[in-house]
Amino acid sequence: MQPSAVPATAQSGSLPGGPDESESLLRRIFTGNGIVTILAVLLALILGGLLIAMTDKVVASTAGYLFARPGDFFAAVWSAATSSYVALFQGAIFNPRGTGVAGQFAPLMETLTIATPLITAGLGVALAFRAGLFNIGAQGQIIMAGILASWVGFALHLPIGLHLLLVLVAGVIGGAVWGGIVGVLKARTGAHEVIVTIMFNYIALYFLRYLLDTKLFQRPGETTPISPILDPSAVYPLLFGSQYRLHLGFLLAIAATVFVSWLLNRSTIGFEFRAVGANPKAALTAGINVPRATVLVMTIAGGLAGLAGVAQVAGTEKVLTDGVAATYGFDAITVALLGRSSPWGTFAAGLLFGAFRAGAVQMQIQTGTPIDIVLVVQSLIVLFIAAPPLVRAIFGLNPRKKQAATAGKTKQAVTTGGAA
Amino acid sequence: MLRPYVPSGPRDSDTSRLVRVLKLELKGITKRFGSLVANDHIDVVVEPGQIHCLLGENGAGKSTLMNVLYGLYEPTEGEILVDGKPVTFRGPGDAMAAGIGMVHQHFMLIPVFTVAENVALGAETTKAGGFLNLDDTRRKIKEISDRYGFDVDPDALIEDLPVGVQQRVEIIKALVRDAKVLILDEPTAVLTPQDTEELLDIMRQLKSHGTSIVFISHKLREVKAVSDTITVIRRGKVVGTASPSSSTTELASMMVGRAVNLTLDKAPANPQERTFQVKDLTVIAPSGQHVVDNISFDIARGEILAIAGVQGNGQTELTEAILGLQDRVHGSILLDDEELVGRSVKDVLNAGVGFVPEDRSLDGLIGTFSIAENLILDRYDQAPFASGISMNPAKVLENAKTRIDEFDVRTPSGSLAAGTLSGGNQQKVVMARELSRPLRLFIASQPTRGVDVGSIEFLHKRIVAERDHGTPVMIVSTELDEVMELADRIAVLYKGKLVGIVPAGTGRDVLGLMMAGLSPESAHADTATKNQATTPADGRATAARPVQESTSGAAGANAVGENND
Repeated sequence: MQPSAVPATAQSGSLPGGPDESESLLRRIFTGNGIVTILAVLLALILGGLLIAMTDKVVASTAGYLFARPGDFFAAVWSAATSSYVALFQGAIFNPRGTGVAGQFAPLMETLTIATPLITAGLGVALAFRAGLFNIGAQGQIIMAGILASWVGFALHLPIGLHLLLVLVAGVIGGAVWGGIVGVLKARTGAHEVIVTIMFNYIALYFLRYLLDTKLFQRPGETTPISPILDPSAVYPLLFGSQYRLHLGFLLAIAATVFVSWLLNRSTIGFEFRAVGANPKAALTAGINVPRATVLVMTIAGGLAGLAGVAQVAGTEKVLTDGVAATYGFDAITVALLGRSSPWGTFAAGLLFGAFRAGAVQMQIQTGTPIDIVLVVQSLIVLFIAAPPLVRAIFGLNPRKKQAATAGKTKQAVTTGGAA
Repeated sequence: MLRPYVPSGPRDSDTSRLVRVLKLELKGITKRFGSLVANDHIDVVVEPGQIHCLLGENGAGKSTLMNVLYGLYEPTEGEILVDGKPVTFRGPGDAMAAGIGMVHQHFMLIPVFTVAENVALGAETTKAGGFLNLDDTRRKIKEISDRYGFDVDPDALIEDLPVGVQQRVEIIKALVRDAKVLILDEPTAVLTPQDTEELLDIMRQLKSHGTSIVFISHKLREVKAVSDTITVIRRGKVVGTASPSSSTTELASMMVGRAVNLTLDKAPANPQERTFQVKDLTVIAPSGQHVVDNISFDIARGEILAIAGVQGNGQTELTEAILGLQDRVHGSILLDDEELVGRSVKDVLNAGVGFVPEDRSLDGLIGTFSIAENLILDRYDQAPFASGISMNPAKVLENAKTRIDEFDVRTPSGSLAAGTLSGGNQQKVVMARELSRPLRLFIASQPTRGVDVGSIEFLHKRIVAERDHGTPVMIVSTELDEVMELADRIAVLYKGKLVGIVPAGTGRDVLGLMMAGLSPESAHADTATKNQATTPADGRATAARPVQESTSGAAGANAVGENND
């Protein structure tokens, strides 16, 4: 063997303070600094507010005489942004104009309902990421879970309790298998999980569309792609009566968070996952079966996303349509990212995104601000989380800035010294 | 903030023949990273035409200081003076323009480019029409190569060149850019002993032509051999200057801050039955190359076998094959007559093999995991740390406390991330983990690479203790000093083949030649003639006595290989 120069990465006895080269960009984005995360959300909201103002009619008209009476303009900007966010809050958490206490808290219940699939699918993405895998496939896993769970729900007629249990199990297995296959492909052939999961999303979606066109799934007498309604024995019980949509799935989401937290931090399996995710070579050297961990983590991740699918068909929708997964599977990636891949962080991020979605409708009704603005805010959050130096620079947290400033003073051309 | 290097015209290269000396001063350089002070008011004066050595342990702040000098870091305080004038370097471009060149420990060369292309990189000139003009660069390379006897062909591909020559290309790169001060960062780490000697000669030559050299090292022998002035740095501070005539013990004590025992007190080996046997082992790389080529050896209980060789000659693959990390392994590895080939890593570890990998940050530790977690990295699923799949954090921490005390790991707490520890302490963590269970074989690859002198002493003692405990021990090291210190027998690998096995006490020059591929017989013959021609500089005699024994051992090993082919 030709003795060759040691690659620069071979030794990372990194200089103090210097960037750790082994740390991948993805890892930094997913497990970034907590303060940066909060600031990123804040910054996104501020920018979102400016966008709201730009689309506002009053703001546009006051801009016409901006130089004559600038006060009007800025007041309009302020009121447009704040009124939209107030409406968002009222639609998401607490509506003082609601009828009775029940009505006032209806928005919060709606937020929790929408957060349910976001949390469980987000956990699926977060868990896989902790093992170093980028699971883009939550969408497909939700769909496969929805297909299996809904079929058990409307085609089988079983006693109460058992029926729901079977629906749950079928859904989780559906997601787990769909995720597990990706794990097997990765472990056996090295196929990159990002590519495979994206492809599996398409396969699941078109499989769903095909099924909804077959006798097996299409509701008799219907021409639209929609399944029969699930048996009452197959749906999640509502938690606070029929006035809210909040269902048992939310409690399962809490349970799933507890489970993932335990799995990651207190079990040997989680130890393996984290070891493989943090340093696969060291894990291998320590005798950890990396391929097995890969398959296992993708299976569990798929199962968690499957739980989101069950929440959709057995909780909120009670039927299967080709929109069963909505965009939950993709939003789950953002949720996991915002939650920095920690179980409870993901839980909190899921609640925040649930609130955005729930409040957006109310915001549009009350202020005419388009729902899409929420999507923009969500995207901005991702953008800022992905660029911590930008956030730090904006808020003046950059430690290097001061140094550069003082060094600048003594900056005298090197050329004078060099030419001497 | 990199300023592009402005290529010097023919006028400059003419004047470069005239020796332009340059005095470099670092005044009160302080560099802080948060609360950590990497450099604390360091004053160094590099006189023109001197070889100035910065001696210090890993993590003492030498590299930080040089990165400040080279414009990669901005100092928190202090200033750099070139010929008495303060300068500020905003990047390596500025430093180069001021006449400072640096040869990094890991070469910054593009393997698929030619020497000339690499040298021109970043300072390319073009002909009419935007075509690359390398003629000028070629001419300069030839000129420098001839002046110093580098023997470098400008049109050779870097990947075809041996490491020693690659290093010369790095030096040429700096010289072409008119470097008057050359910084060499741990330049001998990747070289054979022979290459090292040649490098030291080159350094002396450069000095005689007026180039100052800042030589960063922790190897006392080399420092003493070549330096004019030695500045010792410890924990970010200059602790003093020494003259090259100081004894190694003095220098080591200055470096570490306490008296160090450099020679290991080691009782003679008491080899017992040969429980570990490697027979006709071949490892095939994905490229199809036989990276370990038909090797046979054995190790007795209570004996240390050191595998010597220049880095990249199959040592990594050999250890990985034993551990079960290599896929295409032929031959047989027997531990107490149990076959290890074809078994999983976990099985091999559970069979009682302790393994310290060569690159602890890559293979040995998980930097983001706590010290406590790293101490159970290969036993996380065994009692008492786990029952079923549920782990017991209290037991994990308890274990960490014991090990940290036992191995003197300097850390306030076992729950800190292992990545925050210094190299020596990280190595102690790996060693503590591997030595904390009953072993039937102990393998340590580069057990003290990047480890401070104080810890080396400790780690070496531990390895010898494991031997005396009756475990077969295999050490893989590219540091000849370490091999000679620890080994009871020395096996030399070259291009995947076993050159031979020689007893401890074999001379450094013989081992050096073996590391370059010469068989033990011709290595001895070669050094013998050399010694006749020129009297050896020091009293290190070549080991004449053990020749017969060693060659027969090697021949025996080869014979076994051939019989089974």
